[in-house]
Amino acid sequence: MSAQKHITAPFDDATARSLRAGDSVLISGTIIAARDAAHKQLVETLQRGEKLPIDLHGVVVYYVGPAPAKPGQPIGSAGPTTSGRMDAYTPTLIEQGLKGMIGKGYRKPEVVQAMKKHGVPYLAAVGGAGALIARSIKKYTVLAYEELGPEALAAMEVENFPAIVVMDAEGNDYYSQGQALYRKN
Amino acid sequence: MREISSESITKAIAELAVKANCVLPDGVYGWFKSLSETEPSPVGRDVLGQLLKNADIAKNETMPICQDTGLAVVFAELGQDVRITGGNFEEAIHEGVRRGYVNGYLRKSVVAEPLFERKNTRDNTPAVIHIRVVPGNGLRLRLAPKGAGSENKGVLKMLVPADGIEGVKKVVLDAVIAAGPNSCPPMIVGVGIGGNMEIACLCAKRACARDVDSKNPDPRYAELEDELLGLVNKTGIGPAGLGGRTTALKVNVEWYPTHIACLPVAVNINCHAARHAEVAL
Repeated sequence: MSAQKHITAPFDDATARSLRAGDSVLISGTIIAARDAAHKQLVETLQRGEKLPIDLHGVVVYYVGPAPAKPGQPIGSAGPTTSGRMDAYTPTLIEQGLKGMIGKGYRKPEVVQAMKKHGVPYLAAVGGAGALIARSIKKYTVLAYEELGPEALAAMEVENFPAIVVMDAEGNDYYSQGQALYRKN
Repeated sequence: MREISSESITKAIAELAVKANCVLPDGVYGWFKSLSETEPSPVGRDVLGQLLKNADIAKNETMPICQDTGLAVVFAELGQDVRITGGNFEEAIHEGVRRGYVNGYLRKSVVAEPLFERKNTRDNTPAVIHIRVVPGNGLRLRLAPKGAGSENKGVLKMLVPADGIEGVKKVVLDAVIAAGPNSCPPMIVGVGIGGNMEIACLCAKRACARDVDSKNPDPRYAELEDELLGLVNKTGIGPAGLGGRTTALKVNVEWYPTHIACLPVAVNINCHAARHAEVAL
């Protein structure tokens, strides 16, 4: 594995474009938690011509629906959910300034196209490592859609959140590169 | 006739919900450990190392292994000489899930209705319950939480007899390749062969929930399990889908007699968090 890069979120354009497929990174700063229901509401808000509850410029979104926090803890287990379910909404959000995504799994070609056009990388956290990942999340604050429970839109303060760049802003795909190395026909 | 109170069933289910979600079965932990030494991909070894650390934290702090604490799938084997007292059997199970998920800080991931409103029930009920009535006066309860990343990649194919063993292998491999990183490999692949539509799916689900060190008792099917595992691990998908030889920990096959014209094959994939806990009352 390559040495881990330390990066800060939200992403500026230079950070977003500096990441390469296969890079192992530790993210510190603020990321935004949103998954299926919050994505649907964000896009419906735009379709109605209304203002979004947050400014998406530079935002790094984390596809997650955390488990509830125990008393005294900032958050419960909080690993990534499957990104592909957000694909229908993602190009619209990228056009609104979204600058990075963290999740797990494959993306649709139209998402990859929007990523390349706007210089947006897609990172993976290890699925099913929710208890370990929770240690890098220091604060969880609901920003909107509280009624959605684990699907609410929330800000997460993170320190050294571990992720791997699986698709960079140029469209290089580490899932296919990594798998090709070990495939036997 | 032996009496079992509905309250004791509720208590048992609540405990199983927390245990299944927070304590990785020893067999799975052991697989992670040995594979983290033999997996040729350095990224893959690192992922397996993270899963071991994650399992340690989850167990020591009674935190869910994965935030997706799933639909609570309950397999009940109810002895025919048992009488449930003090309430309805299925309601006792739902109440146990409610208590376990609410008091145990587990995520509530159930919507009351699938299409129009999709409103969260806020207590993870209802459970999915499979009851089998068996001889005797015991009650065995097995709770297997099932997350959606893997459940969404389930497949049912109604093959015909001429498709044969090669047809079955293709269905399994296609399902695993389509699942890829989405289903959090290394996965457990549950395969149900035979029966009809619903029995094939139920066989696949039971196969997924089997202990990781179990084998099909029929040596022909046990051999098929090994062969399928070999094929799955040649795909290169690897831990977290980032490349490697450990794509699945196990392929488990369950089967049922079928119609002369049928060869149903169902594939139910479980992520590496192969969670289940069992109790006999």
